Amino acid sequence: MAEHSLTERQKPNTKHLWKVFWILLALTALEFVVAFTVDADHYKWTKIGIFVIMTIIKAYYIVGIFMHLGSETKAFIWTIVLPVIFVLWLIVALLVEGEYFGIEKFF
Amino acid sequence: MAVEKTSVNPPHLLWQGGTQPLKAGYGKLMMWIFLLSDVFTFSGFLVTYGLIRFGYPTFSEVVAGMTHKTFEFSQHYWPIPEKVFKAVPLLHGVDLPLVFVGIMTFILIFSSVTMVLAVEAGHRRDKADVEKWMLWTILGGFIFLSSQAWEWTHFIHGTEHGLTLEDGTTIFGAKLGINEYGPPNFANLFFFITGFHGFHVFIGVLLNIMVFYNTTNGIYQKRGHYEMVEKVGLYWHFVDLVWVFVFTFFYLV
Repeated sequence: MAEHSLTERQKPNTKHLWKVFWILLALTALEFVVAFTVDADHYKWTKIGIFVIMTIIKAYYIVGIFMHLGSETKAFIWTIVLPVIFVLWLIVALLVEGEYFGIEKFF
Repeated sequence: MAVEKTSVNPPHLLWQGGTQPLKAGYGKLMMWIFLLSDVFTFSGFLVTYGLIRFGYPTFSEVVAGMTHKTFEFSQHYWPIPEKVFKAVPLLHGVDLPLVFVGIMTFILIFSSVTMVLAVEAGHRRDKADVEKWMLWTILGGFIFLSSQAWEWTHFIHGTEHGLTLEDGTTIFGAKLGINEYGPPNFANLFFFITGFHGFHVFIGVLLNIMVFYNTTNGIYQKRGHYEMVEKVGLYWHFVDLVWVFVFTFFYLV
């Protein structure tokens, strides 16, 4: 294309993106290590805690860097993050409630 | 109205009033709002999963003394995911827990980084680079969908020995009504959640193909900006994000 000559071609700046890729990959690998080395009979909740924390870290990198939410305005960030915080509350509330639900009775 | 005269923003980022709320283009902001609504949908699914799973007793409550090592499938308690998903294509009979789903996760993370590279290339208006990275992303999407199709097939057909119930009948595989791996609810939730996610991936692949097609035809070059790549990119990353959560709560926990 005429308007797109090689002289005006900018150099890609993708170092930070690949870095996030390796972080995500390392965290997933770490999850696998935890899944197969930690004894699930004795440390069930430790395991689950580790998985949840690593998931949230991964979500932070995907949303913050890949989706560029980190570089938006403050009001934009809160528009997205605040509803999600309430959703997290709902999840925890219903998990606790599930203990009392007793599905076995109904089936 | 002469609002445009004083504005420093490019025209495609301006809203009707000439100002730019939240310093984002209309389309991009609305894509975010849509994704937020999609967060609610997927949270609904995962909340339901958690509630129903916690409603069942754990295996050690039903069978005293059972550990992860001696675990066996039963209709009365929730299965351990790594005992269910341990098959890999072409490696028949080899126990490789979570390996295949790990490969799928890797594919999705990889296609996510190629997508963000396409977005970055779009900011530089580098047509050739956008095309290259979009192709990689589309390829990743296709591989993921094929992998999921294989996993579903395996899950539906089940193991060779099946599960023998108390009344002597043997059931094979996971269907909506019966499930050799555990309570039927386990299979139902699996089909609903991974199916809904797979449908999102499918739509994402279609959108990616559309973006690739438009890029190749020079539509964005003519338009002067590649914002469409960014918007579809947001959607694609969201699909990856959902998988991160599905992977944790369905396969690991």
